[in-house]
Amino acid sequence: MSTLLEINNATLKFGGVVAVNDLTFSVEEGEVYAIVGPNGAGKSTVFNLISRFYNPYAGSITFDGHNLLDRNADSVADLGIARTFQNIELFDHATVLQNLLVGRHRHRKTNLVQEMLFTPKVRQEEKRHREAVEEVIDFLDLQPYRDKMIAGLPYGVRKVVELGRALASGPRLLLLDEPASGLSVEETQDMRWWIDDIRKQMGITVLMVEHDMGLVSGVSDRVLALADGAKLAEGTPQQVQSDPAVIEAYLGAGAA
Amino acid sequence: MEVVQLLVSGLANGCVYGLIALGFVLIYKATEQVNFAQGDFMMLGAFVCLGLTNAHYMGLPFWIAAPLAIAIMAVLGYLLDFFVLRHLFGQSQTAVVILTIALGFVIRFVAGVIWSHEPQTLESPLAIGDFNIGGVVLGMADIAVIVVTVLLTYFLYQFFQRTKLGLAMQAASQNQMAAYFMGIPVKRVQGMIWGLSGAVAAVAGILFASKGAIDPNAGLLGIKAFAAAVIGGFGSLPGALMGGLIVGVIEPFASRYFPAGYSQIAPYTLLLFVLVFRPHGLFSQVRVKKV
Repeated sequence: MSTLLEINNATLKFGGVVAVNDLTFSVEEGEVYAIVGPNGAGKSTVFNLISRFYNPYAGSITFDGHNLLDRNADSVADLGIARTFQNIELFDHATVLQNLLVGRHRHRKTNLVQEMLFTPKVRQEEKRHREAVEEVIDFLDLQPYRDKMIAGLPYGVRKVVELGRALASGPRLLLLDEPASGLSVEETQDMRWWIDDIRKQMGITVLMVEHDMGLVSGVSDRVLALADGAKLAEGTPQQVQSDPAVIEAYLGAGAA
Repeated sequence: MEVVQLLVSGLANGCVYGLIALGFVLIYKATEQVNFAQGDFMMLGAFVCLGLTNAHYMGLPFWIAAPLAIAIMAVLGYLLDFFVLRHLFGQSQTAVVILTIALGFVIRFVAGVIWSHEPQTLESPLAIGDFNIGGVVLGMADIAVIVVTVLLTYFLYQFFQRTKLGLAMQAASQNQMAAYFMGIPVKRVQGMIWGLSGAVAAVAGILFASKGAIDPNAGLLGIKAFAAAVIGGFGSLPGALMGGLIVGVIEPFASRYFPAGYSQIAPYTLLLFVLVFRPHGLFSQVRVKKV
């Protein structure tokens, strides 16, 4: 196993508020790594640092040897990093299929003239993208929604479509921002199997932020607990859950 | 027979309105900004072509001057976004509205200084006279306008359906944050939309100037095109074109069958009815974003 993502001494301040405080952790290739912590602990902020929406005040972030801080938000996908959002960011006035096809954007290599003329090369490539997208649709059981507009779909389905769009891009690292939030018990169970399969069958490394401890301990190899933007504990789900500092942060002093 | 004649000249005018309306909608869809200088872009495109091709100015062959004018307007559109509008990011819509209205004034003034305020005719091979089919006299320019508009619309449709850039533009217009994450450089793509709408404006201008004389105030036509865009439903490209055609066709019929003056208010009367009874426009594909 080699290290895929490495965050070293990252610090981010919004005015006087320290959102991420001297944070260091790394994600190994092929593992599922979860970040937990109370609201406002800086979990999503860490994602936004990796996604390059925020610039860290100090520290470094590297992915597979590439310095992520050299890149803009639109060139992170090219490295093979895909993400979902806590509040679902889909293309609402397009169909499920079209959304997944946009996920293939980084793989389209043909030029404008070829595309306008719809040359054999473009046709071939288009076929490849469609096949890749159909695989994702089968994998996530999205067949019934294939040609439906996003705007009319239930919350749980949209959540799965967003996961599908991320998978369609063929990532090496998948960032999942609260994949189970707002889902029913049954949908959360599905999500759990999918995350397992994504890691085992597709060999994709997963970094997720999640509140549902059942899901976290079910799928994660390692867990990082954050509080006030700093590392509280790191280890297996059991180790972190029984860590006195974590229990105190969640339940307050005296509960332990 | 008279009806056919009115219809063809109405459709030809309508194509020009439609192309300007297309420019409005392109920019609105991609950036949620409204470019009130779109009509003046059209006028400027016409004058750039006129300046390049008329014997009195540079005297280039029309078939070189026209593509050149279109390219120049595309670059101008892109640069306008790059140097000005990008810096208004996060400001209220009103700022962009006022800025583009002011820009319209500036363009009109500058065009007047360079090419004078007198009406001039474009020496265009499209305006080679009329021909007669069974008693109906059709202007060659009118036919050319309709044909070019149909071709351009088809081209744009293919562009948005098939090309990586076209799809990126659609994606960026629906969700900027998600688009970034798909690897789409949203700001550059928006600049290209401004460039594209500059090019479309230039095509509209060249066609308009092939039909008759133009002067720097021709850009005020943009108001009618704006009405056309609203009638068609502001977010829809085919709607913009249809809105333009409707406005274009209404005018000659109103001036033929109603007392003088009615043709001028007819488009706005229609606009009023559409806003009251179908506020999302006649051809709206999707409902406006609701919170």
